[in-house]
Amino acid sequence: MSMSNDTKSHSTVSVTLHLERKHSLATRWMHWVNFPLLAMMIWSGLLIYWANPVYGIRIFGYELFAFFPQWFYEFLGVPFRLGEGLQLHFFFMWLFAVNGIAYIIYTIASGEWRSIVPLPSSFKRAPKVALHDAHIVKEKPPQGKYNDAQRIAYSGVILMGAGSVISGFAIYKPTQLAFLTAMFGGYQWARWVHFWLTILFVLFFVVHIIQVAIAGWSNFRSMITGYDVIDDKEVSQ
Amino acid sequence: MSDDKEILVEKVRELVDAPKENWPGGSDNTANLINEPRYLSEPLSADQAKKQMSARSRRGFLVGGIAALTTVFGWRWISDETKYNLYHRAFAFNEKVSQFFYSPRRLAAEFPPERITRPNRLNGDIGMMNQAEVSVWKLTVAGINGSGIREFTIDEIRALPRSEMTTEFKCIEGWSTIVNWAGVRFSDLAAACGLTQETIPEYVSLTTPDKQYYVGWDTAAIMHPQTLLAYEMNGEPLTVEHGAPLRLASSTKYGIKQIKRIGNIEFTSVRPKDYWNQPENGGYDWYAGL
Repeated sequence: MSMSNDTKSHSTVSVTLHLERKHSLATRWMHWVNFPLLAMMIWSGLLIYWANPVYGIRIFGYELFAFFPQWFYEFLGVPFRLGEGLQLHFFFMWLFAVNGIAYIIYTIASGEWRSIVPLPSSFKRAPKVALHDAHIVKEKPPQGKYNDAQRIAYSGVILMGAGSVISGFAIYKPTQLAFLTAMFGGYQWARWVHFWLTILFVLFFVVHIIQVAIAGWSNFRSMITGYDVIDDKEVSQ
Repeated sequence: MSDDKEILVEKVRELVDAPKENWPGGSDNTANLINEPRYLSEPLSADQAKKQMSARSRRGFLVGGIAALTTVFGWRWISDETKYNLYHRAFAFNEKVSQFFYSPRRLAAEFPPERITRPNRLNGDIGMMNQAEVSVWKLTVAGINGSGIREFTIDEIRALPRSEMTTEFKCIEGWSTIVNWAGVRFSDLAAACGLTQETIPEYVSLTTPDKQYYVGWDTAAIMHPQTLLAYEMNGEPLTVEHGAPLRLASSTKYGIKQIKRIGNIEFTSVRPKDYWNQPENGGYDWYAGL
């Protein structure tokens, strides 16, 4: 072990490392509980969507991609399971919503929101993070627990969750909550929002997995244990 | 003395002026601007750090692993029948919540005539196989204040107060069409049978003349002002395939509940069977309320 050239104060102690608490126990539980719940909501949503699969990416009326191709449904065994999809969706929706609401309340009350919420200036710094991640720029913008791109992404995905629950209510009770359905521009627009938010969740998930894989083991471990080991260089200002 | 004072002033300035900078980069770091807290242990030697981290890893992965395995194998271990019952208990719970917040005063949006979907979509013909039924059709209403029965011809239905609405018909599959309906409010038929809000039982059962298609409604939803016994659709007499001579049209339930060619109506305090709620037909939500 190389001794640090730290000669200022604690020259007698061989001090180089810290344990840093990254994620509280509550955050870790809610994060991991959310994973199967969101997966269930997306899966059951797909079983429901199959019954009226109308969305696609179209340019001037030409369909570039249809959500979803027949082989995709058949590969996953989706066809003719609408009834089951509704059963799953209207059971797991409670668990998904309760976990999400508990997370938001906890994050506000505990002060953890300070790690996640972006400032207006974050939107200027986030592209620099992206350039650094793409190995175009060497300099890494200074950050707290999360960088500015993560702040925007993690706050965004919380808003997406809220948007899914709210647009879900607009589809679920379009007569009793007619004002809510009208806010989305009507029943079919609420369904459109609900669908595209789901696609965004899937894209978020893919990017999230890639980023976690790139960030490495100790970062992943911190989402299990809550802690990471860092050296003095990362502490100094 | 003056030294002490200096130090004190310095400390106060530190507390008041300087932002608490827990993170590198000063004011160029969002974390410092937003005063993000930082939770660092005391300085540790490499050995100490390794030891502590290993202990935390063991505990974390053990608990996490047990939780993950319990979830996966627990879920597999639960029988399909138990799951089915669980989902249907959730439907029942959702129904209670919906009923609690339900108000007959809340109406679905109505649309101008130019928004009517043309051509209209057609779906469902269960219980409408025998065309001979249409010409001899009569509506039988049973369970009026106990065991009372009344019969209505289509002319007698047409003689009741006429209502019209242009609303969005919503299929449980996810599609919807805008349709103009004309007919009798179900609540007006109930009134014609001498039933009031106070004397009407909890449920209404409706079946096709051959009883092949059958739906159950909660009284609150069927007495909603936007629930019609419709005999006209988009300004024309109802066609046979759309449910002539009389069908339900409502903004309070999905299309599966808006039964075509109604032959029998029964007021009842026993929750009626519902076609799509049957396990063999998919086990859909009995309530299916919008």
